[in-house]
Amino acid sequence: MNMLKVENIHKIYGKTKVLAGVSFTMEKGETKVIIGPSGTGKSTLLRCINQLSPPDKGRVWLEGIEVTDKKTDINLIRQKIGFVFQEFNLFNHLTAVKNVSIALEKVKKMEKEEAHKEAMNELKRVGLKDQADQYPSQLSGGQKQRVGIARALAMNPVIILFDEPTSALDPELIGDVLEVMKSLAGEISMLVVTHEMGFARNVADEIIFMEHGVIAECGNPDKMFKNPEKKRTKEFLGKISSLYGEE
Amino acid sequence: MVKNNGGIKKLSDFIGFFIESLPKLLDGLYLTILLTFISLALGLILGLLLALGRVYGKTIISGICAGYIEIIRGTPLLVQLFIIYFGFPQAGISLEPLTAALIGLSLNSGAYQAEYLRGSIQSIESGQMVAARSLGMTKIKAIRNIILPQALRISIPAWSNELIYLVKYTSIAYIIQVRELTAEGKFIAAHSFRYIEIFAIIAIIYLVLTFIFTEIIDRVEKKLSIPGIGTIKRLEQRFI
Repeated sequence: MNMLKVENIHKIYGKTKVLAGVSFTMEKGETKVIIGPSGTGKSTLLRCINQLSPPDKGRVWLEGIEVTDKKTDINLIRQKIGFVFQEFNLFNHLTAVKNVSIALEKVKKMEKEEAHKEAMNELKRVGLKDQADQYPSQLSGGQKQRVGIARALAMNPVIILFDEPTSALDPELIGDVLEVMKSLAGEISMLVVTHEMGFARNVADEIIFMEHGVIAECGNPDKMFKNPEKKRTKEFLGKISSLYGEE
Repeated sequence: MVKNNGGIKKLSDFIGFFIESLPKLLDGLYLTILLTFISLALGLILGLLLALGRVYGKTIISGICAGYIEIIRGTPLLVQLFIIYFGFPQAGISLEPLTAALIGLSLNSGAYQAEYLRGSIQSIESGQMVAARSLGMTKIKAIRNIILPQALRISIPAWSNELIYLVKYTSIAYIIQVRELTAEGKFIAAHSFRYIEIFAIIAIIYLVLTFIFTEIIDRVEKKLSIPGIGTIKRLEQRFI
């Protein structure tokens, strides 16, 4: 049984076919990176997996439970699927530590103190122990994103979906976020949409190249960077690598 | 000297009149405050429901809420009070003047508060709702724990405006026989013929009342303020 199985996902917005049959699987502890030109449905695919935008066709399983089944309690499943957003989406009225603990209290029904303790542990893990009592408006972009990661981690998910986690950051702040993500590799499954080729090359077990709503090619970083089967993959990787650097 | 004596006489005369009128004025003031706060509180509850219905409700609910808000905001409060006080008895529902005024003012204030709240709710980036849902919160939990704590804070300045409006709008209740502050004033004036004095006193009472309320709300706003949310954010930006 695969930890995550995505089968033939279709998604249409109005007249635009964003996803046209995407299938792949993931195992426990794996890191997969999705790359591809903008508008190819990478973010949509992530949102289809945790049903933030349910697919029009196709099915998703997490640990053998069908996520796309109407009878499945989606709020239960979402606790197991962390989500890290490009725009952080922190709760502006809560301090960093409360941002992390609120779902523990309100969703997992933990006691306040226990939730706080747990949240502090996660903040330590992402290097933000000293910022625990700051509000989002008082944090830098990189710190906000690390709070976002801590918030996802606190729920103890089996997988975390990262939707372009460093795209909204100033270049000098990207490093800290990538460091945290690297430290998670292997411990927890990660599905990452990103243009950070250094991360893709060094951390990913597999790179998925998406274009026009389908997976154009996938494989391990070595193959994808050195001997891609398709000319288009090579072209895209070349262009992105020169833009974003390799490390 | 003579002039001065006349002045003192006038002043002591005025103070005597004021003291004489005071018990009635206090009765009226009590009703004014009662009307203000009950309407504000009931209006807030109604306004919250209407705003949430408008923003998060399905088409029908959203439409009903929008329709209610438009009808109330599009018609004079006085007409609404007349319908409740004079019209309802025709349908077999007779109401005491005070009850009718409370219902009318609450229903009216609810529509206005709904619009303030809707604006505040919609000013919160939708990403926060998405993030809350991604953590497994139900929509209701997300609204309660994430959206409302922010929306209510953002609404405080508009809400302070509503309170000040209400303090004065309650005087309309006098037309349906509620003896609030203005009504008492009219009553005293009709007996004493001292229109200028009594209405000057009443104007000052309203002024003091709104001043006190504004101060209280300002303090509440400061106490509840969070860096990066609402007015305080705008203030910070001005100093940067």
